[in-house]
Amino acid sequence: MDVSTKSSIKQICRDFGNDRKRLMDIVEAIQEKHGRVSGEAMDIIAHEVASHRVEVEGVVSFYSFLSSKPQGKSVIRLDDCVSCNMLGGKHLAEAFKKELGINFGETTPDGKITLERTACIGMCDQGPAAIINGIIFTRLSTDAVKEIIHTLRESGDARKLVKNLGSGNNASDLIQAMVTNNIRKRGPVIFADFDSGVALKNALAMNAVEVIRDIKTARLRGRGGAGFPTGMKWDFAREADATRRFVLCNADEGEPGTFKDRVLLTECADMIIEGMTISGYAIGSEEGIIYLRGEYKYIQKHLEKVLEERRSKGLLGKNVGGKRGFNFDVRVQMGAGAYVCGEETALISSCEGARGEPRDRPPFPAQQGYLGAPTIINNVETFCCVARILEKGAPWFAQIGSQASSGTKLFSVSGDCTRHGIYELPYGITLKELLAEVGGEDAQAVQVGGPSGQCIGPDGFNRIVCYEDLATGGSIIIFGPDRDMLEVASEFMDFYIDESCGWCTPCRVGNVLIKEKLDKIRKKQGEPEDLKYLEELCLTVKTMSRCGLGQTSPNMVLTTMQNFKSLYEKRLSKSADGTNKSFDLDAALRDSVRIQGREPVHLED
Amino acid sequence: MNDIIKFVIDGKEISGRKGQTIIQAADDAGVYIPRLCYIKKLKPGASCRLCTVLINNRPVAACTQPITENMAVLNTTKELDLYRKNLVEMLFVEGNHFCMFCEKSGNCELQGMGYRLGVTAPKFPYLFPLRDVDATHPDILIDRNRCILCGRCIRSSRDLDGKNIFQYVGRGHVKRVGINADAILSQTNMSVTDEAVSLCPVGAILKKRVGFAVPIGKRLFDHQPIGSDIEAKAVKVAKSKPA
Repeated sequence: MDVSTKSSIKQICRDFGNDRKRLMDIVEAIQEKHGRVSGEAMDIIAHEVASHRVEVEGVVSFYSFLSSKPQGKSVIRLDDCVSCNMLGGKHLAEAFKKELGINFGETTPDGKITLERTACIGMCDQGPAAIINGIIFTRLSTDAVKEIIHTLRESGDARKLVKNLGSGNNASDLIQAMVTNNIRKRGPVIFADFDSGVALKNALAMNAVEVIRDIKTARLRGRGGAGFPTGMKWDFAREADATRRFVLCNADEGEPGTFKDRVLLTECADMIIEGMTISGYAIGSEEGIIYLRGEYKYIQKHLEKVLEERRSKGLLGKNVGGKRGFNFDVRVQMGAGAYVCGEETALISSCEGARGEPRDRPPFPAQQGYLGAPTIINNVETFCCVARILEKGAPWFAQIGSQASSGTKLFSVSGDCTRHGIYELPYGITLKELLAEVGGEDAQAVQVGGPSGQCIGPDGFNRIVCYEDLATGGSIIIFGPDRDMLEVASEFMDFYIDESCGWCTPCRVGNVLIKEKLDKIRKKQGEPEDLKYLEELCLTVKTMSRCGLGQTSPNMVLTTMQNFKSLYEKRLSKSADGTNKSFDLDAALRDSVRIQGREPVHLED
Repeated sequence: MNDIIKFVIDGKEISGRKGQTIIQAADDAGVYIPRLCYIKKLKPGASCRLCTVLINNRPVAACTQPITENMAVLNTTKELDLYRKNLVEMLFVEGNHFCMFCEKSGNCELQGMGYRLGVTAPKFPYLFPLRDVDATHPDILIDRNRCILCGRCIRSSRDLDGKNIFQYVGRGHVKRVGINADAILSQTNMSVTDEAVSLCPVGAILKKRVGFAVPIGKRLFDHQPIGSDIEAKAVKVAKSKPA
């Protein structure tokens, strides 16, 4: 390593105060500037931040967007999620592989282009999608592949390939993305006009306890999917004995099929930050963090601009909104490609510059979270609801939706329907009504809540989307009559195998085993007993896993076994001769011939 | 006496002390909860999940869950027994465990747990991963084929030895225990007397030149199943109680 690279790495460490807790920012900056975080770089970082090389390696090796090995000058990350694949993602993948002459995970021999697969990047309504050198590409077709590769080979400048900018703020100077918003239905809570500062002013006219009381009266529950009562969470943090408290905004939207936060972050950033500020006032916090998933890095500058505007208006910083003694500010923390960081304790680990591994509860984050201080973590959409509640009043909000599920919900709709996009609808809508709204009436199945949710068949289309029945963080993927649901289930298992942090046994190993058996059944190598095997395996993973990832990863297989049992049964049969159906004698023989390097003398024909 | 907390495991009343976890209080009372990554002298890692118990039908890790007054813990149910056995089988198929010629055999906690929970042959398919062996250190052998990723070496090297030689690297099914060096163990300041060596529950970190020193019949689990030492306390606790 040359002297200038060394000093550049040291300088990046110094830019973040040689702070071990800012390791994520340090390694991300080094990755961006030097194309990788090499072993030598790890040694330097460990020395600068008083850590250990293996700890730095642990972090770098955890996140998909960080790499210790050299990568090509251009990096293509092709979205590999079910929604994109329904729009032709697999053909696109083949076209890229063919044109580049390499496989996923490889770099072209000239060192110019690396091809990677990546989990859902939140462009399900405009796939197939990819991130090329940090720039989002949507609606890709195989026809475009040649030109993309040519441009990357010639200049390495992916920006040249962006011809049309998207809608709303996506077209603004600081974003300049081809992403379109596709807001199909505007409701009164999220997408009504928002007047910056009004909600905050109302909040500051009350005391903190009264603000929390309003959130409780509105019966607001977390919009990320778990549905924990927001006011109760805030109470825990407020009542915890501490001098420092934190407000974290979970913008690590990673559930395949979810893209609502993408739109909120570009179109409603002011509202989100206002909601965070109100919660800072309510729990007695001075510091907020927006944890932005690496896939949404293209929105970072826009968020920082909105933060700056609010600072200049006195809505962030010292004596916020003119309230003496109320100081609050927010910074953006970038993630680097890890679905599990959407789990709140993993998100905290990541913010602290560690591997994004979840923690055991207790202690709960509201008692001991970021840096050991009481911390509330809420979804992007929840903070928008907070702002609206304080603007319009709790009773106004509470009369929308149902008793246990008040307000509206954003749905990210993708898959086989005519109108992909974002819908703001009151809670209490049936799946049937939703399907009619989005043009997906001929669905054979609807995946409610993404891979971690439930796969519902026509028998369940009268079920209601709300916390009491079908809870969802917003992902709705629609599958038409021609889709192979077991193939979908298998792709979802791939997702979990890739995204499991690997901390605990059931999730790390169990998901691999579920996929193995599922694929055998798909290949008609399964026997009737395999259903019980699969169910027991799924329940082991669900019951014994440490965090929400493993506790929900078998849901797709479990709910398809429940709601689409015949899809399994028709592939299962008893072995005719009592031998293991999945054992292929000829293939095994061929293997052994290959390994031994000689043909058996008695092999006939 | 306010520090005494009474609670119940499988119908049996247990007295613990405030601040204890379920597994600590259960151990003191002679109730054995299966575990692999937990060990008394280290902070819990809660990664093997074998010690999962039920409270109000909710699964929690006994090694991290604090005890509370009157809590009712289920440690033995048909489902938990099955799921624990499945976890042990998962650990067996995830690595490459050859008990018949492993020098840890008889003293191995994974093997011991397999016997205790009734694992005969795993029903899951072997995954046969490619894993490496590091024999570069003069006194210590690392064989990752036998590693169950319990993290005891990570915690003991950090918290007891003060060296931070180990840390997880990678994620998911390719996660492994990395070492604090460019490539090999001999580049670290690891010593054969480190707790990280002696606390490995399996044959993944071994002392060189002492293999098979203890003859069959005198090994840890030759006569009694793993956990018997803890269950023996129940007899003592019972005897020490006034009639």
